[in-house]
Amino acid sequence: MMWNETYEAMERDKLRELQSRRLNNLVYKVYQNVPFYREKMQKLGVCPEDIRSIDDITLLPFTTKDDLRDSYPYGMFAAPLEEIIRIHASSGTTGKPTVVGYTQKDITSWAECDARALVIAGGSRSSIVQVAYGYGLFTGGLGMHYGAEKIGASVIPISGGNTQRQIMVMKDFGSTIVCCTPSYAIYMAETMREMGINPADLKLKAGIFGAEPWTEEMRIQIEDMLQIKALDIYGLSEITGPGVSCECMVQQGMHVQEDMFYPEIVNPDTLEPLGYGEKGEIVFTTLTKEGIPLLRYRTRDITSLTDERCPCGRTSVRMSRLLGRSDDMLIIRGVNVFPSQIEGVLAKYQEIAPYYMIIVSRESNTDVLEIQVEFSENLFSDEVRIMEELEQKIAAELYSVLNINAKLTFVQPKSLPRSEGKAQHVIDKRH
Amino acid sequence: MFIKQISVFLENKKGMLYNLTKILADNQIDIKALSMADTSKFGIIRLIVSDPEGTLRIIKSANFTASVTEVLGVELEDRPGGLAEVLGALKDSDIAVEYLYSFVGTSCKNAMIIVRVEELEKAHDVLQQHGFPIVTEDRV
Repeated sequence: MMWNETYEAMERDKLRELQSRRLNNLVYKVYQNVPFYREKMQKLGVCPEDIRSIDDITLLPFTTKDDLRDSYPYGMFAAPLEEIIRIHASSGTTGKPTVVGYTQKDITSWAECDARALVIAGGSRSSIVQVAYGYGLFTGGLGMHYGAEKIGASVIPISGGNTQRQIMVMKDFGSTIVCCTPSYAIYMAETMREMGINPADLKLKAGIFGAEPWTEEMRIQIEDMLQIKALDIYGLSEITGPGVSCECMVQQGMHVQEDMFYPEIVNPDTLEPLGYGEKGEIVFTTLTKEGIPLLRYRTRDITSLTDERCPCGRTSVRMSRLLGRSDDMLIIRGVNVFPSQIEGVLAKYQEIAPYYMIIVSRESNTDVLEIQVEFSENLFSDEVRIMEELEQKIAAELYSVLNINAKLTFVQPKSLPRSEGKAQHVIDKRH
Repeated sequence: MFIKQISVFLENKKGMLYNLTKILADNQIDIKALSMADTSKFGIIRLIVSDPEGTLRIIKSANFTASVTEVLGVELEDRPGGLAEVLGALKDSDIAVEYLYSFVGTSCKNAMIIVRVEELEKAHDVLQQHGFPIVTEDRV
């Protein structure tokens, strides 16, 4: 089943024509409306007329998260605010978030992406879709929500958290599709077991899981524990949100919605384009976006593309599971965390900044963030009350910047490993 | 007039307390009194030793976070109500106690306590006025 066969199964040559036409329009539009792109293109000596086909895309400049940060909040918008009907944001490398704006058409296109993903998962007018992604500035919740409405399913906008209630709703309301992070799916399955609920008694048939990298082992675990089909979905707010690509029932890579987003793989160091099957950083150009269209946006996600025909009938290229990052961003419980954000908070407290260690682990399938800080004399008080107040103050400040709770541990001076080269600040035990 | 107490930060990890006491032992430092404050995440050990400045140097060079805090030593009668009388005197003068611990002195038969308050001078005078003997460093 396909939601939109015209686009999902479009012949490659016709798709390329469509992409070329759309890219050409896009380049004219950003050249005219976004000073950032006009200047960048002028610097490269590229005019909009030079971009005649999709192959000319390599002439265009790249866009980075830093570019978005520098234009905070609305500098990269190509549409006037009168036409923006929604604003989302994701965390940036510093305290300032990355802001994205959507026109009515952008919201419709985004819903189209998630409608396609939901139809793959068996979604229809008779489905009951439980959206357990967080609703808010984070794009997860509302993205799947609009997709589910588009296909006419009944949406349960339960958002994240309150696991026992999630399970009660899942059982009593008869949810057939659940959308959340894969680690939360496992946590729900475990809670279900503790509550004595047999997944076979639920109406749940499939789950669409994303917002964090996961493994084939986790898929097997989820499918086994919940007795459902577990599908991977990829996206990022800069490009649109979840649904930039999604798996089909074949479960061999995620189909990129190529009529809307043009993918390229590049070498993250040299920015040289790489071919199919080669691992590199995936870069997207938003072919149809109006609010904040981006040229060759560097996602920092490492993956590979394949153009092998998929047995499902879709003609789009597929991207593999995420293989890592080309920067130091961590995804913890679906939230983007940059070590520099943590360092920024610690730096306010004299002398503790240079020696800290971020430890990410998985305890009962939930990501746990621990920050170990070497404790220095000028912060030390021999009164427990003062020490605890200090700890709570730093923890609260970290929460306000990161939006997730971190366990703060004070350790002895000189107990953290010293390195001679680049300081090692992160230990990720999840991989 | 006041006693110099050494406070040491201890990470909540197995063997930490041993490591510290081993360093004291290796340097022939005699612990005259001690108290331990602990939370689920860390501990603070407070020590009275014969040579506070020298001990502090040794502890710090072994990579412990430590500091010196001035505290008040008070001698009190070893009988029911003895401690309450001392605390009553402080309370009546509106002095809040941050922490307190008792120890057995070697130079007298009475009980001894170490008290930490914000207003040390005031506490010292109040206790003296009430006739409680103040213990000096050399008598601990």
